[in-house]
Amino acid sequence: MADYKGVLVCGEAIEGKLAGITAEMLGGGRKLADKLGEGLAVVLLGSGVKGLAAEAIACGADKVYAVDDAVLKDYQTDAYVMAMENVVSQVAPRIVLMGQTSMGRDLAPRLAFRLKTALSMDCIELDIDPQSKQLIQTRPVYGGNARAIFTTESLPQMATVRAKAMSPLPRDDSRKGEVVDTTAGVDASKIRAKFVQKVKEEVAGVKLEEAPAVIAGGRGLGGPDGFKQLEELARLLKGAIGATRPAIDNGWVPTSIQVGLTGKIVAPELYIAIALSGSSQHMAGCSGSKTIVAINKDPEANIFREARFGIVADWKQALPPFTKKVQELLKE
Amino acid sequence: MELIVCVKQVPDPEAPPASFKVDTATNKVVPPPGVPPVISTFDETAVEAALKIKDAKGGKITVVSLGNNLVRDVVKKPLAMGADQLILLEDPAYENSDSWSTAYALSMAIKKIGSFDIIFCGRQAADWDSGQVGLGIAELLGIPSVTLAKKVESVDGKVRVERIVPDGFEVIESPTPCLITVTNELGEPRYAPLKGIMKAAKIQPVVWKPQDIGVDPSQIGASGRRTKLVKLFQPVKEGKCEMVEGENAADAAVKLALRLREAKVL
Ligand SMILES: Cc1cc2nc3c(=O)[nH]c(=O)nc-3n(C[C@H](O)[C@H](O)[C@H](O)COP(=O)(O)OP(=O)(O)OC[C@H]3O[C@@H](n4cnc5c(N)ncnc54)[C@H](O)[C@@H]3O)c2cc1C
Repeated sequence: MADYKGVLVCGEAIEGKLAGITAEMLGGGRKLADKLGEGLAVVLLGSGVKGLAAEAIACGADKVYAVDDAVLKDYQTDAYVMAMENVVSQVAPRIVLMGQTSMGRDLAPRLAFRLKTALSMDCIELDIDPQSKQLIQTRPVYGGNARAIFTTESLPQMATVRAKAMSPLPRDDSRKGEVVDTTAGVDASKIRAKFVQKVKEEVAGVKLEEAPAVIAGGRGLGGPDGFKQLEELARLLKGAIGATRPAIDNGWVPTSIQVGLTGKIVAPELYIAIALSGSSQHMAGCSGSKTIVAINKDPEANIFREARFGIVADWKQALPPFTKKVQELLKE
Repeated sequence: MELIVCVKQVPDPEAPPASFKVDTATNKVVPPPGVPPVISTFDETAVEAALKIKDAKGGKITVVSLGNNLVRDVVKKPLAMGADQLILLEDPAYENSDSWSTAYALSMAIKKIGSFDIIFCGRQAADWDSGQVGLGIAELLGIPSVTLAKKVESVDGKVRVERIVPDGFEVIESPTPCLITVTNELGEPRYAPLKGIMKAAKIQPVVWKPQDIGVDPSQIGASGRRTKLVKLFQPVKEGKCEMVEGENAADAAVKLALRLREAKVL
């Protein structure tokens, strides 16, 4: 049996830059590698990704496996599983980390079953047991109502990591690392489900995941007009608008602004939750916010167990004067 | 088209968070009294996806569910919605499965079913939120997979899927047989019409025990687990909500803005 060592992060690029989640995993992975006294590597899969190697090293990687191949230009399950299988057999890492992203959600389980190893999805905390050197994997379950801690015996130990659960290291361009060109070894004739095209559905304005303030609305807003009324407040706070799932399911707002377990994960300075009940699945996407403020007409709503400040009120009566006062205060 | 849908019975995920309890001695969730279990939300959407294909192309839908103490009225819901057959992998030996042992048993049951064009699963189950079983089945059966589908169509012998990504969607084409996991963006599952409920009442589910599907007993249920649950607990909520009051809603709203300013949140 191979001697499994070190931590391997499966990196991702967004618009030619290292994805935030990859930098976060390099930060978290660095701590794990240091506890083990072993190395931290990152694998970059794609077309034209080699240019990101320096950034990955500055973010904490000791070694970069660059798998630069046109066949990996778009994410396709079969191709990426094959490439990762090759990388893992070459590197023999003790731990493999991936982001809980649309790629990680698809790639990690299929790869784990291919490698006949166990996997924990959507981890928010990872640690090393000093005795057994096992990876301690903590993940929210039951929609965020509970947390579970898992360990696994088979190697490599695999986990996906939730966005914003780990902190990136301060970027250090003087860090040294090694870049290893690695072949994908993908037989293109074995790609079955094929990528045809991508259709972008851009939302105008500030990007939800990066906004300093998020104004989130729920079922209680009653329709698309309710969401329109959040726009003024969002503009004043230079924020973005978020929504709960019922607002998406009812077609009031685009799917891309769903916040929660199966939507976006946000952690703004200020999260204003309006006419939403604060279900555990919704809170999974925003509980990392610095300050949560709630407006809800039901004093028993769960959101008041999650928020820092709140008022019990009908949003229709509360929102206009609140927005007006915020505008006055910001002018001062 | 021969369609298979895998569904899971779970404690109602929409029950109020305050009613959620964990028995830390056994590392198990205590279902809230009086709240019946449901079919996991995304699995119901998977049934809807299969029904849409059946509406367009005709065919047969077989629903498979693994568990123990499955409530008949709950697991029969897909039949009432329009599925044709229900197979239950029901036995104490299937209890405490993890993603590995669940995917293994389901893949063995699907091998026994034999021919199929598409298998549908929910993107993740509402209890453990793992999202591994569908992909595990596909890998164990050696068939292609597409996840996070918001639209599935059968076109020219291929399956055309719109797959949700953070800034829009991807179009993926897969040959059959294949496995698709679906997400709520596919649309609300249809209501079961009264006629469907009456039809479902008459259908007897087929129960397959471990020996019926030829599984290795060491690979199912708790013995087939590859993950060890060390601890299950409820996170403690620090922080208390400061309720801002006023003479009426408008007054409370103004005071809230002032309080946020004072607390340097604004
Ligand atoms: C596996 C799974 C994953 C899920 N993922 C997500 C996810 O990612 N994101 C997500 O959001 N949900 C998700 N859900 C759904 C989640 O369980 C809840 O159903 C959803 O978050 C509820 O949305 P809501 O708060 O808008 O609606 P409700 O729970 O119906 O709450 C509406 C609130 O509005 C208040 N209200 C009504 N009228 C007014 C008024 N005039 N003024 C003031 N307040 C008013 C009510 O008091 C109530 O509290 C998921 C569910 C499952 C099972």
